[in-house]
Amino acid sequence: MATLSTDLNYLQAKKGLFSWIFSVDHKRIGLLYLYSLMTFFLVGVTLGILMRLELLNPGKDLVEAKTYNQIFTLHGVIMIFLFIIPSIPAVFGNFFLPIMLGTDDVSFPRLNLLSWWIYIIGAIMALSTLLFGDGPADTGWTFYAPYSVKTGTNVTMSVLAAFVLGFSSILTGLNFIVTIHRLKTPGMTFLKMPLFAWALYATSWIQLLATPIIGITLMMIVAERFFGVGLFDPSIGGDPILYQHLFWIYSHPAVYIMALPAFGIISELLPTFSQRTIFGYKAIAFSSLAIAFVGYFIWGHHMFTSGMSGTGRFIFSILTFLVAIPTAIKVFNWVATLYKGSINVQTPLLYALAFIFQFMIGGFTGLVLGALATDIHLHDTYFVVGHFHYVMFGGTGFAFFGALHYWFPKMWGKMYNATVANIAFVILFIGFNTLYFPMLIAGLMGMPRRYYDYLPEFHLPNMISTFGSWILATGLLLMLGNLIYAYFNSKTKPGRNPWGGITLEWQTQSPPPVQNFDRMPVLPKDGPYDFEHKPTIKE
Amino acid sequence: MEHASGFVLPNSGHNRDAEASKMGMWLFLFTEILLFGGLFIVYMVYRMINSEAFLLSSFELNVTMGTINTVVLLVSSMTIAMSITAIQKGNTRLSVNLLFLTLAAALIFMIIKYFEWSAKIHHGLFPGMEYYENLPKGEGLFFYLYFFMTGLHALHIIIGAIIIAVVIYRTKKGLITPERYTLTENAGLYWHLVDLIWIYLFPLFYLIH
Repeated sequence: MATLSTDLNYLQAKKGLFSWIFSVDHKRIGLLYLYSLMTFFLVGVTLGILMRLELLNPGKDLVEAKTYNQIFTLHGVIMIFLFIIPSIPAVFGNFFLPIMLGTDDVSFPRLNLLSWWIYIIGAIMALSTLLFGDGPADTGWTFYAPYSVKTGTNVTMSVLAAFVLGFSSILTGLNFIVTIHRLKTPGMTFLKMPLFAWALYATSWIQLLATPIIGITLMMIVAERFFGVGLFDPSIGGDPILYQHLFWIYSHPAVYIMALPAFGIISELLPTFSQRTIFGYKAIAFSSLAIAFVGYFIWGHHMFTSGMSGTGRFIFSILTFLVAIPTAIKVFNWVATLYKGSINVQTPLLYALAFIFQFMIGGFTGLVLGALATDIHLHDTYFVVGHFHYVMFGGTGFAFFGALHYWFPKMWGKMYNATVANIAFVILFIGFNTLYFPMLIAGLMGMPRRYYDYLPEFHLPNMISTFGSWILATGLLLMLGNLIYAYFNSKTKPGRNPWGGITLEWQTQSPPPVQNFDRMPVLPKDGPYDFEHKPTIKE
Repeated sequence: MEHASGFVLPNSGHNRDAEASKMGMWLFLFTEILLFGGLFIVYMVYRMINSEAFLLSSFELNVTMGTINTVVLLVSSMTIAMSITAIQKGNTRLSVNLLFLTLAAALIFMIIKYFEWSAKIHHGLFPGMEYYENLPKGEGLFFYLYFFMTGLHALHIIIGAIIIAVVIYRTKKGLITPERYTLTENAGLYWHLVDLIWIYLFPLFYLIH
């Protein structure tokens, strides 16, 4: 096997900026996404901290009302369109999907590169709204008409940016679907695929089938701003509720674009760190598809107070509750996977456990909002903000960080300091819950969202929440600092399989060679998580 | 792709895979249908709210020209399908000629469209013009949707024509051969979709009375 050592890994193979930004290697493209979206994530975090700072005390502290509106809109646009929608699929999906399937790239490598470029163009467009005219949009990330048609801020540019970013999302989804159908290694069937691939498969279908609707809707907003023909503006005969329907037809399925890949990550982390097969493989795999499917028919629950008919609300509410079933199936199966496993407590597992805890809070508060009577009270309060952040940040965000810690040794062939990583995790966990749990309480008390000011009786939860934001920021910086330090300075070589994982990426070198494998990957005998017949991996 | 150690992964993203390309094209076509799907929903809602006004406005459209355009597009769908069969059977020259015919049909469609649009604009029916601004709201919406949807469709015709031109170029360069003609097939799929969308647009705007 002497020839192997002469093989350069994907990081060393070529040098120079152009070898990265024009690379068609899925691993490099994954890293391009990682670096770019972490940058935007930090911008989003900064905006979030600014908002919390403004809300530390009642009254105006830092910014004007309009500036505050622009800040939360930009925060939303960045976090939703630039960070969380691409996050796990574009980074870890790109990097690991082909390796997990036992192939050397996605089906359309050049299209993959194009997706990243489109993403970057969209990102530049979104951020450029800061620089000209009346500043970024102040409509909220939902761009609700008729205000979005009338405001003087740069709505047109923000909306076009979202359109372009949607295009990038569609192309990534298309690429993954074809890759999963065409490039599984011989012997790997659909039911022998890792669950992460299943999650990406379900996600990709949503990306493909939901995104065009928002694309055309946003184009109509642009047209309405140019021609003012009364599509959505009621003062000239339009119907703003129609806009809300069209918007949520995409944007509700979109929350499953954000959540499903995270489920996939958790389904990878738990078997590895409990060293046993996943409980209920098929149930987890098919529940992803079930969520993707039912997720299409529940958008109306965002509009319970928009004047929908009683029957309409009733049906949307029932359907919303239906989604809880496949989601709960997953949670039960995850917990059952841990039962009687030989649990190895490492940083990624901590993130997975935090995910389950926080996502359950997010899920249960979701049921509260899905119920008609309680939603009337809680609609447009901080309860919604708390719920959403528990699901998206406490859920997907934590899964993203868990995946980062899980695959860090594979992606860069270096090991981070586990103690520091664990400390960072604890700070992050405490900070997160201190930041968002008081929002749920403030919401129950009746504090409306999207105001830069509030009544004095909401002072306490807001103060606690702002303190939480500082703890959270500390945890984030420590976590990222630890990883960046390891990237530059770590001398620890993790070897091929530091965690005792079983999916195919652990059979190759860390970091992987350009063609992903230096020897033919071997599938476990009975499905992807057959720890009883784990193939032995020589270094 | 061959590895330095000499072993080859059986399934590679860098292999030529005609099935994968066609599957990708089909998936892309789904997104196109949904793109127009959003517009069809908007059309349906406003047609229900303003059925009188939509009916009145639809008499403004020239059914004869619309019908000719429908026939032109249907014929072009046939010629591109024949072109694929031609290249399958090894007749490259015939394939190219049929593609040129398809291009010609696209051109005829656009010319007729041009005359239709300019007649409307001449009557002041384009959003922003004085006559348009004084129309009852429902009629305004009809013409707005007419321009938006047929405009988006025309854009697809142009893109399709460009793709067909590329196919012609590549066939002439010998890059598309009777053994390797996925691009021709994909261009055909796209062109059929453009045709199909028109098959829905035509009755929605011209024929429902």
